[in-house]
Parts: sequence; C-alpha cells; structure tokens
Amino acid sequence: MNARTLDPAHHLIEKEPYYEAVGDEIQLFEAAYRQQIPVLLKGPTGCGKTRFMEHMAWRLKRPLITVSCHDDLTASDLVGRYLVKGGETVWVDGPLTRAVRCGGICYLDEIVEARKDTMVVIHPLADDRRNLPMEKLGQVVEAPPEFCMAISYNPGYQSVLKDLKQSTRQRFVALEFDYPSAALERRIVATESGVSDSIADNLVRFAQMTRNLKGSGLEEGASTRLLVHAGKLIADGVNPVSACKAAVAQAVTDDADMLKAIQELSSSIF
Amino acid sequence: MAQSPLTAADMEKNLHIWLETEFTYFKVEQLATELAQLAREEQDFILGWIRRIASTHITLAWQFGRRAPALLPHMELRLLEAWALHTCDIFDRSGLQNALRVMEQVDSFDAVQHQNDSAGALFDEIAPVLGNFVCGLSGRRLALEEGDAAWTDGERIVLPPLVAALPDQDDNFQLAKITVALLWAQTRFGTLRIDPVAVTADYSDPERALKHLYALEILRLSARIARELPGLHRQMQRLRSLLDAPLSSAWQAFAAQLAAQDATPDDSLALLSAAYAEAECPHLSGQGCLRPDAIAAARATRLDKEKARLRIKLAELLEEHQVAQSESKPAAETTPEFEITTKDENGQLDFEITLDDAPIAPPDGVKQLLTSIYLDFGDIPPEYLTPAGEGEYDASQVFDQPEDPDAVWQGTYHEKGAELYPEWDHGRQHYRKNWCVMREKTVTPAYDDFYRETLGKYAGVVKHLRKKFEALRDENRLDKRQTQGDEIDLDALIEALADARDGSEMSDRLFQRMHRAERNIAVAFLVDMSGSTKGWINEAEREALILLCEALELLGDRYAIYGFSGTTRKRCELFRIKTFDDAYDDEVKARISGIRPQEYTRMGFALRHMTKLLNQVDAKTRVLVTLSDGRPDDYFDVYRGAYGVEDTRMALLEAVRTGIHPFCITLDRDARDYLPHMYGAARYVILDDVRQLPVKVTDIYRRITT
Repeated sequence: MNARTLDPAHHLIEKEPYYEAVGDEIQLFEAAYRQQIPVLLKGPTGCGKTRFMEHMAWRLKRPLITVSCHDDLTASDLVGRYLVKGGETVWVDGPLTRAVRCGGICYLDEIVEARKDTMVVIHPLADDRRNLPMEKLGQVVEAPPEFCMAISYNPGYQSVLKDLKQSTRQRFVALEFDYPSAALERRIVATESGVSDSIADNLVRFAQMTRNLKGSGLEEGASTRLLVHAGKLIADGVNPVSACKAAVAQAVTDDADMLKAIQELSSSIF
Repeated sequence: MAQSPLTAADMEKNLHIWLETEFTYFKVEQLATELAQLAREEQDFILGWIRRIASTHITLAWQFGRRAPALLPHMELRLLEAWALHTCDIFDRSGLQNALRVMEQVDSFDAVQHQNDSAGALFDEIAPVLGNFVCGLSGRRLALEEGDAAWTDGERIVLPPLVAALPDQDDNFQLAKITVALLWAQTRFGTLRIDPVAVTADYSDPERALKHLYALEILRLSARIARELPGLHRQMQRLRSLLDAPLSSAWQAFAAQLAAQDATPDDSLALLSAAYAEAECPHLSGQGCLRPDAIAAARATRLDKEKARLRIKLAELLEEHQVAQSESKPAAETTPEFEITTKDENGQLDFEITLDDAPIAPPDGVKQLLTSIYLDFGDIPPEYLTPAGEGEYDASQVFDQPEDPDAVWQGTYHEKGAELYPEWDHGRQHYRKNWCVMREKTVTPAYDDFYRETLGKYAGVVKHLRKKFEALRDENRLDKRQTQGDEIDLDALIEALADARDGSEMSDRLFQRMHRAERNIAVAFLVDMSGSTKGWINEAEREALILLCEALELLGDRYAIYGFSGTTRKRCELFRIKTFDDAYDDEVKARISGIRPQEYTRMGFALRHMTKLLNQVDAKTRVLVTLSDGRPDDYFDVYRGAYGVEDTRMALLEAVRTGIHPFCITLDRDARDYLPHMYGAARYVILDDVRQLPVKVTDIYRRITT
C-alpha cells in the first residue's frame, strides 16, 4: 500500500470538469449535500452520471472516491481488511472507510451489481445514523458532516434479480438522468470533442437513429459518451463514417446485420 | 484435377429413382443426355437440386431438371439456387399450380435484361440490414416485406426479390437502400397524405396525372433527403447519373421549386397541372411505384383504431393524474384539457403533452401512437385529444386480442393468431418456412387425488430425494487457504509463519473467503403427450413430474413444464402445465394430474418454441429436458421416418447454438439405432423400464445440473 491512495488530497478535483446541466440537478444535489441526504443517480449508461459526480465534487471542493461495483464486490472490499505484512497483520481501510474518515464524497457506481452484504454497511451510512460499523475492528466510525454518499444504477438493462430493494432506494434522494436534448447534446459533443457544430449536429442525429433501434435488436442506443468518442476521432482526422463505425456501431452491438444497418445509417448522414 | 463428368447412363439410374419414373413416366433419358454434356460440378449441382426438390414434389423436380441445363450458361448458380428454393417456398405456401407458374416464369428469362443479376441484391440477403436501417429512421415503424415490386402502404415497405440494375453488387445494395429511403420518406414527409383519387379526378387521364404527381413527389422527397440524409443523397446522385437520363429543363425547374426548405405535398399539387402538360415524365431509379389502393386500405383500418387507442390511453393518463392529484387538492371544476405540441426538428419527431398546462411525460406507446397519427394528418386533430369516456369503446375491438386457440378450429382451419415455426426438410436440405402452425393451450386441470397418491406411493423416495436435493443446495461455505479473501486464515498464517521461521518457503495462501453460491438455473421440461404414451407411460410421466416439482421447489431453480402433441403441421399444440412465472400451487398440481395423451409426436416445433421461451428467461444456465417415448411421428405426413428424426436433430442443434443445454430422456424398450443420430447435439438417456421413470428422472436432473 503506498501513501497516495490514503491521501484524500489526491482525490480533490482541481480543474472544473465540463458539465452541462440538463435541469435543476446541480441545485438539488447541493441542497441534498447540505441537508446530509444521500443521493441516487438513475439513468442509462454514458449519459453523464460519473461526470456529474466529478463536477459536483469540484463544486463542493470535496475529495471524490469512486467505486465501480461488480458482482464480486463484498462488504470488506468497501470497508477494509487485514493484510499480512512481514509476519504481522495490518488493517487497511477500504475506499468507503477512507471517504468517511476524510469527509469526502463516496460514489458507488452501478450499485446493484455488488453483493447483497454490501447493503449492510451502506444502510447505516445512508440514514440519519450516518455511521460506518467496522465489525472486524470493533469500531464505529461517525461520518463528518462533509461526508456524502452517492450511488448510481441503470434501471433499464439490469435483470429483475438485481433490482434495488425498496429499503435501500427509499433512503436516497433520486436524480434521474437521461440523454440530453438534441441542442444540449450537440453542445456537449462539440465542446468535449472539439468538432464543428455541424458535425456534432450530425452525430446527435445519428445517435437518435440508434436510439430508435432500442428494443428492436439493440439493447441500448448510442450514449453521449460514445458520441464524444466518435467526435474525438473525427477531430483527429478520422473519416466520420469510420469513426462512427469504430466508436459507436462496434460499441453497441456485435450482431453483423445490426452493425451493417448502423453503418448504413451513419453513411446516410455523413 | 477436376473429376470426369458422369455418363448419361450413370445419371439415368438415379433420375429413375428420384423421379419415380415407374409411375410418373417422365422421360429422363433425354435429360440425362443433356446433362452428360456438362462439366462435373454443374452436373452435381443440377442433380443435387433435382434430388432435393424431388423430396418436396416430383413434378417440380422434373420441371426444374428440364429447364436448368439451358439456364446454366447465363444464370449464376446463386440465382439458380434462389430460384429453386423460391419455387419450393411457393409450393409450401400455395401449392403446385402456383409453384409451376413461378417455374415457368423463368422461360421468359431475358439474358440482356438480366445481365446484372449475378451482382444483384437478393431480398433475403439485404432484408435484415435494411429492416434495421428503416427502423432507425424516425417516424412510424415500417415492416419490410418481399413482393412483386417496390411500393409502400404506409405500414410496410415492399421490395422485389432481386434488385439488379447495376453490374456491381454493392451498388445494387445501395440502390435498394435508396429505394427503401424514398419509400420511407413518402410516409414520413406527407406523400401518403395526398388523396390521389380526389386530386387527379379533374384530369382527362387520371392515371397519367398520378404518374406525374408521383414524379413530382419523388423530386421533392429527394431534395428532402438531401437535407436529412446528405450521405445517402450523394449515393443517390451517383447512381442516378449512372442509370438515368438527365432531367429535362422543365422538370429541372420543378425540382428546383420543390427543393425549397418548406416544400410540402401541396407544392407538388400546385405544380401538377404544369407537369401534366409536359410530354415526358421522368422515371428515376429506385423510385418504386405508387399503389393508391393499398395506401387507402391500410389508412382506413388504421385511422379509427388509432383514434380509439389514443383516446383510451389519454383517459388512462388522466385517471393516473387525477389519482395523484386528488390526495393533494380537491378535483377541479372544469374538465382538464390535453394539449399536444409537436416538435419536428433535427430529423426527430417529439411530442410534449400538457394537461391543464402541467407537462406530463408520455409513455412510449403513446408517443408511437402520436407519431403515427401525426404522419396521417400532419398534426394531431383536436377531436383525438378528448379522453375516451367510460365504456365508449370496446377494448376487444380496439386492441389486438389473443386468439382463443380452440375457436379457430370451429371454422375452416387457418393460421390466425398462431405462431409459425420453420421445419427442417432434410430432403431439400433447407427449412420449410413458417411450416408449423403452433398454438399454446392450457391443460385442463384434474382436481383428484393423484398428487396425494403419488406422494404416498413414493413416500420413501420423496424423503430420500429431499435429503439428496438439500445437500445439493449450494450453500455458502468458507473457502480456506486462498491467495485472496476477505479475512486472514489464522491457521494458514500460523503455519506459514512457522514455515518461515523454519527457513522453508512461506505459502501465500493465507486468506479465507466466503463462497456465496448462486445457483442460477432455468429448466424447461417438455413432456410427450402423444397418443402412444397412453397408459403406463402417461402415468409414469405424471408421477415423475410430481416428484420433480417437489425436488425443484427445494432447490429454488426456475422451471417450466410444457407438453406437446400435434396432428399435422397445421395443428401443432403445446400445452402449458407450468410456466416459469407460475407458482407450484394446487392448480399446477391439478394440471399435472390432468395430462392426457393427445395425438401425434411432432417434436421440432415444440423444441423450437421452448428454445425461444427459455432464451427469454434470465439465467446463467438454461436446460431443456425432453421426456418422450421414442420416434417422432405424425398423422399421414412425411414426419414419420427420417424426416422427423432429422427435424428433431436440427431443432436440438438450434437450441445448442443459442447456448441451451438440451437433455433427452427416452422411454424405449429396444434402444433404437437412430437415437444417437437424432440426439446428436443433446445428451440423452434411454430408460427401458417405465416404472423407473419417476425415480430416475429426478436423479438424472440432479446429475445434469451439478
């Protein structure tokens, strides 16, 4: 373990991350933060949830500790564990404990993917107790007022088995995210990737076409993130049709017919 | 080195057999002589197809053989093959006469006209891509179908079987794509809103007026596409420069006027009289044709239905809204009003609904309805916005209703409301499309003592099973001595430290980890309900199902039970005994008890349907267990024999390809030699004693899922 990971200063975001507000989500988040209410971000992949968190961390000047949850993530991965070091055991804090100790923002991405036992440590932190019981150390860490917890989940594609339980979701203030409106999305793509407005416009049109395909062969349409990828490639001199193929079509599907259809859509636009 | 050609005598022998000349008296000698002139590959190709078609119908095969040698020099093998399959499909669908007609069409085959066929885009090859393509474009969902020419009725786009105007295969595909885009644009940008009869009635030659109007509209839509889909427009211009004569100056003037940003169908109508006076009328490549009758028919059935649907949906929205409101404030005096703003910008249609000035998020279904209505009228007519009153519409008239599977049999039999499945014809070496007409039915429950009696009869077995299956329940356990884990394994650590002191190597397996078992299995049981199971087998099957359910409830695996039976391909029936969502309750028990032998053993459709159902279930492992009493067989049908065996084999292969694990349990006294072949893709077990079944099945299930 090096010292860097334990140093909250390194999780501070110095430069303003680019974020375009869609509605009043910034104001809502700030109010929730002041009132010490945890926040739940809902929305499809690549619509700006993580970027929003970075932006808010910068705005509130708190360190941001992000944990991407996966189906093997256990409570000890979050809280911490004993490790063996030269014949002795040493306790190492997990990311959640670190965030609580330094009063940072802990963002648990795709929370439903985590194992059920993680809820045990999240629940007391997410209600008015605001503490983190550390069973193995026999301690309870009280969260300072600056601490904030945010979780995200995508109601769209997860299986019914992995739905968020009511007892969990009802502890949070929920902010819903969706693809931004066409005009806003155009601005985001242009700013993030550096392409001209007209190319950004065409990319957004293309994205809407792929979103029309959702449910008839595509699980999810192209996200804003993919458009930014495509835009960056185009700005770097790649031909738009190839950029759309590499950054969007190949990213959303493996099906040969669908790939070709998406290709035809992009070549119709550019 | 190429193989030497077959001699006429060699071939004659086979032709006699395949074409059954003993009864049909076809003169195969002449055909054989003709074939003898060809190269070996060509002979093999034609002979192969004669044999394959003969398995469908001998006359067709004979007609094919008579024509094929002459066609070979100027027709690509790929097209010849497509033609042969197409004839078989027509035969399946509408009988010998129509198939022969298709076969004869080839006589008028004009080599010059078809010089590009070898590079043509076949509908079957391009449909999957273009179907998705048109789905991605905005507006009403349009289906893609194969037909005699390119046209649209506003709900589907019809393309000809082959697009072959150019010598390059990719260009032909692009041409098909342009055709699809132009037909889509007719729905999307208002062409179909024109009433062709009314606007052309005043002309002396309405047909000519219609043709000119269509040409004007194509010019307008082309300009529209130039703005919406510039990339496609570039292709369109390139292909037109290759294929079409340049527009006359008069028509160029029309095109320029119709290229205005805000040009509507009205602008085309305004130009019609001037265009009508022009002697010539341009025909642009890929423009398709206008079928006013089809458009009017589709529109007529759509309008009232959609009006009713929208008004019902709005009534639902209103009700939801009022329930939400009534808690906070008293109901308003005036009736609330819906208002809809349409946003048609940036190539995307969007709708905003407000109810008394408060915005409401419209559900997806409502948005699609609004899109469709908007495309029919150019806006949303105000009378569509009054929510339906109570009982104003009969929901059964407005929404598509599931068909009563028994009712369809009271009249002449037809395929209404049934699901169609293909079947593998091993003779043809190809699928028969939409061959099996499948319906799901429910088993009539029999509330009797069967369940209790079975449990009583097998009391010992049940107890034993419970024990076994409980042990199987993959419970959480502590894995010790791991390289990674949640906690330190103290025993391992102490040992390792001692080792280290001792100077020997220290193990790195010092952690323990909780192993959390997640058994994630979905299993479908497919039970033979054919007449041959009558008696012992049926009883054994039912007992086996009861014991299985008892065991599966313990394990918590998701499972479904279906029975299958059928009489001919027109009446394939799948009996629901327990769906994945049903709980194992008294009704399911009564349904198991109510399983009665029905008719014949047609297995392919049942396997295909179960594969589909299983793939809709979310699970890590999917298992399909079939329980049958042997050889596939159907009433007075080719299904008997090799055909049925091959179809079953193919259906199992299809299941495996989608990631399902099929397992077949066969009750058969003398294990037949065809079984290994039929079950090729699946694992199977043969039970020779029916009485073993109930005890064995659960045991087999335990083995295959651990």
